[in-house]
Amino acid sequence: MKLLCLSGNHSKPCFVLQFKGVTIMMDCGLDIAQVQNFLPLPAATNSHLENLPSWSPPSGQSTQLQKEVSEELKECGGRVYVDGALEFSPPEIRMVNMSQIDIILISSYTCMLALPYLTEYTGFKGIIYATDPTVQIGRQYMEELVTYVERSPKSKVASKWKTEEIIKTLPPPVCDAVRPMTWQKCYTLHDVNSCLSRVQIIGFNEKLEFFGALTAMATSSGVCLGSSNWIITSGFEKIVYIAGSSTLTTHPKPMETSPLKEADVLILSCLSQRPLANPDSMIGEFCMKAASTIRNGGNVLVPCYPSGITYDLFECMSIHLDNCLLPHVPMYFLSPVSDSALAYANIFSEWLSTVKQNKVYLPEPPFPHAELLNSGRLQNYSNIHSGLSNGFKTPCIVFAGHPSLRMGDVVHFLQLWGKSSANAIMFTEPDFPYLEALAPYQPLSLRICYCPIDTSLSFSQANKLIKDLKPRHLVIAEDYLNPPLMAPHRADLTIDWDLNLTRTRTYKRGKILSLPVKRQFERIEIHPKLAGTLEPVEVKPGSLITMVTGCLTGKDNKFVLEPIPDDLTLKRKLKAEGAIRSYIWGTLQIRTFVDALAEEGITDVKVAESGDGSIIHLPSEDTLIQVEPDSTHIICEGNETIRVKLRDTLLKCLSKFYKIYTKRYLSIYLSIYLSIYLSIYLARN
Amino acid sequence: MFHIKSGQQSLVYTGDYNMTPDRHLGAAWIDKCRPDLLITESTYATTIRDSKRCRERDFLKKVHSCVEKGGKVLIPVFALGRAQELCILLETYWERMNLKAPIYFSLGLTEKANHYYKLFITWTSQKIKKTFVQRNMFEFKHIKPFDRSYIDNPGPMVVFATPGMLHAGLSLQIFRKWAPNENNMLIMPGYCVAGTIGHKVLGGIKRLEFDKQVLEVKLQVRYMSFSAHADAKGIMQLVSQCEPCNVMLVHGEAAKMDFLKQKIQQEFGIDCFKPANGETAIIRTIHNVPLDVSVTLLKREASLSGLSIPDPKRPRILNGALVIKSNKTQLVDPVEAMSDLGLRQHQLRFTSTISLDDEGPVADTADRLYQKIKSKLKDYPIHYSSDGSITISDTVLVRVSGDEETKDIAVSWLHQDEELGSFLLNLLSNGLET
Repeated sequence: MKLLCLSGNHSKPCFVLQFKGVTIMMDCGLDIAQVQNFLPLPAATNSHLENLPSWSPPSGQSTQLQKEVSEELKECGGRVYVDGALEFSPPEIRMVNMSQIDIILISSYTCMLALPYLTEYTGFKGIIYATDPTVQIGRQYMEELVTYVERSPKSKVASKWKTEEIIKTLPPPVCDAVRPMTWQKCYTLHDVNSCLSRVQIIGFNEKLEFFGALTAMATSSGVCLGSSNWIITSGFEKIVYIAGSSTLTTHPKPMETSPLKEADVLILSCLSQRPLANPDSMIGEFCMKAASTIRNGGNVLVPCYPSGITYDLFECMSIHLDNCLLPHVPMYFLSPVSDSALAYANIFSEWLSTVKQNKVYLPEPPFPHAELLNSGRLQNYSNIHSGLSNGFKTPCIVFAGHPSLRMGDVVHFLQLWGKSSANAIMFTEPDFPYLEALAPYQPLSLRICYCPIDTSLSFSQANKLIKDLKPRHLVIAEDYLNPPLMAPHRADLTIDWDLNLTRTRTYKRGKILSLPVKRQFERIEIHPKLAGTLEPVEVKPGSLITMVTGCLTGKDNKFVLEPIPDDLTLKRKLKAEGAIRSYIWGTLQIRTFVDALAEEGITDVKVAESGDGSIIHLPSEDTLIQVEPDSTHIICEGNETIRVKLRDTLLKCLSKFYKIYTKRYLSIYLSIYLSIYLSIYLARN
Repeated sequence: MFHIKSGQQSLVYTGDYNMTPDRHLGAAWIDKCRPDLLITESTYATTIRDSKRCRERDFLKKVHSCVEKGGKVLIPVFALGRAQELCILLETYWERMNLKAPIYFSLGLTEKANHYYKLFITWTSQKIKKTFVQRNMFEFKHIKPFDRSYIDNPGPMVVFATPGMLHAGLSLQIFRKWAPNENNMLIMPGYCVAGTIGHKVLGGIKRLEFDKQVLEVKLQVRYMSFSAHADAKGIMQLVSQCEPCNVMLVHGEAAKMDFLKQKIQQEFGIDCFKPANGETAIIRTIHNVPLDVSVTLLKREASLSGLSIPDPKRPRILNGALVIKSNKTQLVDPVEAMSDLGLRQHQLRFTSTISLDDEGPVADTADRLYQKIKSKLKDYPIHYSSDGSITISDTVLVRVSGDEETKDIAVSWLHQDEELGSFLLNLLSNGLET
């Protein structure tokens, strides 16, 4: 069993698992953080961004290449940014041949945004499995991304700066760009549709069968709508893939842990990106700071994704505003997919927490934003030009994408409100470092609040979970073994499960791991006709054995052992090839054998000791029998009658896996059949 | 529908289902799961319905013509299911034809029901699901809640009222008001139990008695089956979709079920049961016995037969030892199994020597012997070594010795080659002539 790690961002994972001849890709996350190397795409004409100076190389000497590079880069506050079409960093696709991937399992909509890069134009022929909310919301995220990129088109793709000798001479952040050569332009709506048409929608706890070799099942992981952990089993081995999971109670259906227990291999990714920030206190802080800004007459800008924690922000914010006696402060939600993001949340009741789910039986919409929309307290627009300005009231709270601050309507609001210290920008999405995100807009006077809300497992929750799940082997990111960079002395911010690390394997981008899973058994079926001929013999108390020779037919990776066809020539042929074998065991007791011979009428027997064994001489039959502990050799002079008689007598005295019809055994057979059936049903629990 | 599996046995149980998609629900669909038993409802065991489109057109035409003449249309429905289907049908028709006559929906349950439909849109048909963000099909523009005071309103209208069999409640109340006017119309979209007013009216009764008052039934009465049950074609379709080994029919009229039973037996060649209430049906199923086989044994077998091009004519033979130990039944390598159980394999070899009168050098005899064996045993790997001994299948040895006149031919074989050994011996005792 092999595991390939294709992504360098552990919160946007991408793995390939090879097991039992099936190649499964698990998740397909897109590392959007790399767009922070680019200049923001303006939502409206923007003088600040347009008038930034080109980058000038520090040394006076300027080659042709450097000249071209300096045209691609703009300088802002000592940092340089790429001025060109936005590019994204898809997973390490060159490590695998996409046409060999049979299956892609998706754990959540946040971990699938690179899918069109991998499934389109790559020869991919497999099936993608994901839950309904994952597909719908994932589609919204992709559409949003495409709309943002396409609505402020930049035809020029900057590529000169990526040259290795140039890049190391550049100032931050561009010099730290990770493998810019592999970056790709945004996919198109056509790619998104074509990619998502390959998705097969599944439900939680639905058993999927892959080529008869493996079964897989998604269970709720509790981090967002429809998010799932995956369990892949072969009938004997169990591999559990835990992507983003949450043990906190928010709007999604809670995490289910019991099916994840006692895996042979537990692959863990997507731990909290902000382990130092408690999500509960962050959301409290968010509401408080937003309300105080409003009270002072300022506006609040919240860069956000169209789904996920955004729903909770609407809910908490509206309640808090009520409590602060500010119920008339409008909330604006801007996203090209705001309509569907809000509508879908209210029809996915079966994927919600019990409290929310119970509301639909009243019947009431599970999320309060339906009511907020009706009353006009929450208004959604697809962009700033689609009617927002009619009746736009300040002070207000604007939720707008994209949280990277490199595209979307948030760019417009940041420039509109950035100069006034009364306003505030509040970061809640943990995916981007906020200071980096803001850098190209500097200087700014608005208040900057950072309340990252990441409900994924924290290290202590993850450690506790692993202890509960008792996996035989654990596979984690290499980085999870050491405290994060921002808190190097916090030893508690590590995964600490297996002291000697003998049962832990680590992954990082580009690494191929051999997982310590040795397949020992495989479930096959025996045809009842063949099963009926088997007569196990008890050779030791509680241990029975019989030899089985059958014809193995395999179909769709399922094997059935059938009786050998009743065809004499075929049987002869098979015997000739040594395909059919029989086995004899035991040690011949000379005394017993001689007695048995006497019963058959052979009395002229002379026994002589020789070494470990004996030599039996039958002078009247001109036959010699050499008996040793593990072998017997019958040497005779062409007389078949006597040879057959000797053979049968000998076999009677030895144990042999042939039919032995005695009453004693018949009763054993009955009990054996019972035990076979019992054990089968016990094994199936 | 439920697919229930226990061990090797499985069954599919259906409630009511519909194999044709309608406006708000997708069609029933099942995997080819090959259950041992399919238990299916058979309400319409012999009915084959005409096209849904025709029925719908018919329905709309009737409603439209009645309304055009200023008549009132009463459609008794149950709160859920068909009601929404018919509402969508009328709503889209009204929109398309730009009709103005009001459509009412009786208040209460039905309104709440529509609300449920809006929240559970994920369970409706693909088309409704796809467009719900732009327009939720269950938010009706033309259909308004009904108030009892509207009963006596003049002018045309269409009213959906509960209950569906006209046995009580609002629908009956409206019926009593509207029945005497021949311009009005009653459309019964579903089945009515005998004894209900609905049943009587459908039967053509023209005079009904209520509270000792006689009610003249003059309005037009129409029955339009919008019942969602699968028809005979649908049931057969489900059977062919899931390929069961046995079918059991439940729910329906015995005589009609007999007909369907016969049809299923004929068409699919499978057993079909139709137990009466309280009767027990016993269905026999034959299944393979599951068994755990060691992967090494399975793989070795696979490498032996060379998996590259599977030859259906060449059986792949698996020799294994079935070991039952501490509640586990496993098929493992025989040699390994024996050593695990402390059993020692016993090798049994036979050597039988035949004397033949055959003149000439020993090598000549050996040559002829080789030719003969080769011609008789075409399938076997035969090795003829320089010292005159012949090896067959690596384990059977034939050696010639002797002088110019008589030769001794010794054949030696292991017990596992017993058949080959005795065959050779037999062959040689008949001489060397081919």
